[in-house]
Amino acid sequence: MRSKIKFAVVVFPGSNCDRDAFNAVERIMEQEARFVWHKDTDLGDPDVVILPGGFSYGDYLRCGAIARFSPVMKEVVRFANHGGVVLGICNGFQILTEAGLLPGALLRNESLRFVCMDTFVRVERSDTIFTESCKPGEVLKIPVAHGDGNYYTDEEGLKRLEDNGQILFRYCSAQGKIIAEANPNGSVASIAGIVNTAGNVMGLMPHPERAVDPVLGRIDGRKIFGSLIHSLVRKDNESFSVHS
Amino acid sequence: MKTVFHAKIVVTLRKSILDPQGKAVEHGIHALGYDNVNELRIGKFVELNVDARDRQEAERICREVGARLLANPVMEDFTVSIEEVTHV
Repeated sequence: MRSKIKFAVVVFPGSNCDRDAFNAVERIMEQEARFVWHKDTDLGDPDVVILPGGFSYGDYLRCGAIARFSPVMKEVVRFANHGGVVLGICNGFQILTEAGLLPGALLRNESLRFVCMDTFVRVERSDTIFTESCKPGEVLKIPVAHGDGNYYTDEEGLKRLEDNGQILFRYCSAQGKIIAEANPNGSVASIAGIVNTAGNVMGLMPHPERAVDPVLGRIDGRKIFGSLIHSLVRKDNESFSVHS
Repeated sequence: MKTVFHAKIVVTLRKSILDPQGKAVEHGIHALGYDNVNELRIGKFVELNVDARDRQEAERICREVGARLLANPVMEDFTVSIEEVTHV
């Protein structure tokens, strides 16, 4: 049995939340973490890969469009297709949609403004590895900081997301109401975060790694990392008891 | 014989997608007094050279590049026009 979960934080040229993510999982959540440079082709056998926030390749062409062709992304796609857990935060979410690991795309914010503020998101499903420490409908306070976070998918795509239960977080009021005023970027159906159909790849625009340290006044991001750690430790224990 | 084709590729947001940047610029144009200007959309312009056997091959390569990288088919369309030909 293993006591710590291994996180690999991918660093692209232009990533700027890589240290925050590393700090969140290693120092705050007390797990193992290592950086993986975008030119590396070895992820180092992690349990979870984090694609962090930032402006990979200066957001040239489209956010995430160039990063998805980084050598490391071949390994990330392979890892995800074999059931490995991948968490994409902000720019990481954009990269996941560009790489085809998550559906849809992230457009320029409807306001055309860069938004940097706390948002409230409602947990739409608490039976996933990313949200199991949350109560259904729980409201988390997690900050956003992006210019291109306007989640878009066409009507059919939205129906698929809803039918498959792929929407994990929606922007909401502090009381958990889904209202237009609480949507910081114009995302369709107030979508803040989605998961793939297999349930192992999640992307979200809010930054849970910026909401883990009480010194900074918010800790709700811990619920997401905590959910992952609990579910992976449990899985480990289950397979341990099967094989021993 | 190798031929160099010069291609121009224009990427635009799909018609069904709101283009807030285009809307803002359109408002600016209206503020200048040009009320007869509308349906403004902003896109990206890419030009490149491609070595190919013939025009068809050049266009095929540009379409592939457009679909795989220059445009994201979820939200964008693109057009390719082969502009000039230089025989080397």
